[in-house]
Amino acid sequence: MNGSETKPVWLDTYNFAFLDEGSKREIRRKTLKAVAIPGYQVPFASREMPIARGWGTGGLQLTLALIGRGDRLKVIDQGSDDSVNAVSIRRLVENTTGIETTVDTAAATLIQTRHRIPEQPLRAGQILVLQVPLPEPLRLIEPREEVTRRQHAEMDYSAMWLALYEDIVRWGDITVGHSYPCLAHGRYLFSPSPIPRWDIPKLHQAACLYLFGAGREKRIYAIPPYTDVQPLSFDDYPFAVERLAGACCRLCGSTSTFLYEIDDAASGQKLYQCSDTAYCQQRRQERGQA
Amino acid sequence: MMNQAGRAIAAVSAINEEQPLLAVSGLGKRYGPGCPACLDLQGQRCPQCGSLWACYDISFDLYPGEILGLVGESGSGKSTLLRCLYFEEEATTGIMTIPSYQGGPANLLAASAQQQRYIRNHMMGMVFQNPWLGLRMHVSGGGNIAEKLLAAGVYHVGRIRTRAAELWRQVEMPLPRLDEYPQNFSGGMQQRVQIAKALANKPPLLLLDEVTTGLDLSVQARVLDLVRQIQRELGVAMLLVSHDLAVIRMLADRTMVMHQGRLVEQGLTDQVLEDPEHPYTQLLVRSLL
Repeated sequence: MNGSETKPVWLDTYNFAFLDEGSKREIRRKTLKAVAIPGYQVPFASREMPIARGWGTGGLQLTLALIGRGDRLKVIDQGSDDSVNAVSIRRLVENTTGIETTVDTAAATLIQTRHRIPEQPLRAGQILVLQVPLPEPLRLIEPREEVTRRQHAEMDYSAMWLALYEDIVRWGDITVGHSYPCLAHGRYLFSPSPIPRWDIPKLHQAACLYLFGAGREKRIYAIPPYTDVQPLSFDDYPFAVERLAGACCRLCGSTSTFLYEIDDAASGQKLYQCSDTAYCQQRRQERGQA
Repeated sequence: MMNQAGRAIAAVSAINEEQPLLAVSGLGKRYGPGCPACLDLQGQRCPQCGSLWACYDISFDLYPGEILGLVGESGSGKSTLLRCLYFEEEATTGIMTIPSYQGGPANLLAASAQQQRYIRNHMMGMVFQNPWLGLRMHVSGGGNIAEKLLAAGVYHVGRIRTRAAELWRQVEMPLPRLDEYPQNFSGGMQQRVQIAKALANKPPLLLLDEVTTGLDLSVQARVLDLVRQIQRELGVAMLLVSHDLAVIRMLADRTMVMHQGRLVEQGLTDQVLEDPEHPYTQLLVRSLL
């Protein structure tokens, strides 16, 4: 993390931000198309990356194609800045660009994330890049790409509605915990990537740009600023985010954030903790705890 | 019976009973490349290009509330015709109109996929010979009915379930089994679920493809009773495909006979069965009665 003192060795070996300029241009072009058609999955030529497909190569390619010398990058994995994946990706970008990274959500211009959207509301000009394992929301219902493409083209989403109906009949409620299917500006059904329901309302009419990259499946899609994002829900079964009644973060005391449940083996109790570590840290600092 | 049924539907959806509900002219379905010689074809296979015409120059009108029978031997093109009308297959030639849909004159065979889907969901129901084609076996019976309602934009679980239960009763299915998978049902029950699904959006037209084939006689009789009851009470027009002349005689007001992809004869059912004109119909009636 002391990139400012010693010049990373890779800087002379690789092109700025690892990818060659032709690749970057292609990814940017596809990104522009994705922004122009909110929720539509744009195919792109996913490059071979120094991490395995399925480990965030889609998000990483978006990040590398977009990053400039003036950017500040934040990388989070399931809300945490310190997990192995987040650290590795951050180091790769540092070593091939020489730019500075941060854990402060407000200070970052570009944020790459997996499975979470930061608790702190993002502002205009910030870009959130999400890593997507399965970009096709209909894939688990309909395995044939030919058919799902036609369903998107004709806006025929009755199969997805039917799956949600069956869920209610079988379990009394919609049991989709993550990747909740949403409609982008009343047109394309899209998967918001495996973020919890908690984060879905943050997509609606947001000030920032959301980009979704699926490296293995070779798709890019986007939710541009101030786009309507509606989770599918029945008139008598409205969409609701997760609620843990009475629970608060054991570190910062927050009750208004997405909490993880931790079993304390010693006491046998259930403990709760903010999933967004940077936000939790900041709250503790503000309250003079840390 | 026909007039009575005609009046019933006029009250339901304001369809003019003097006007055909469905008009088809010159419908053809070709498998193969096609060539100029196909235009003046005698048999089913074109001698020049080898194309097979499953249906060739089919024209008929179906009026509100009537049951129109369609008979013919295996491979005569009955099912293909039905699949073309339900937009499951793309017809090669021909014009199909529904006068009560958006003023009527447009050829629906050339309509956009969305329009065709709208018509299929709102104006038609189909019961397939094989329930595996018409039902989703890994989705509950109620869910199968819900699929049609969801496609028509009903996004209210309570209302969907009320309607599904209503249809379930109508086809005499036991209500406690509403949420069971259709694969657990007997053949006759599966056909009933298919009928319930087809009726979900109260369509003015039902396409029935060999609904009783493969069912034992007592179950056949109950399914046929159900079909007749639906026609009487709801005034739904039906195109009934069967190779069983007894079924046709019992249900159909008018009958068409298909042979090698062509309509060789059509008229009142009694007339066609008692006094067949075409040699094939004569053979059919003689061999089956």
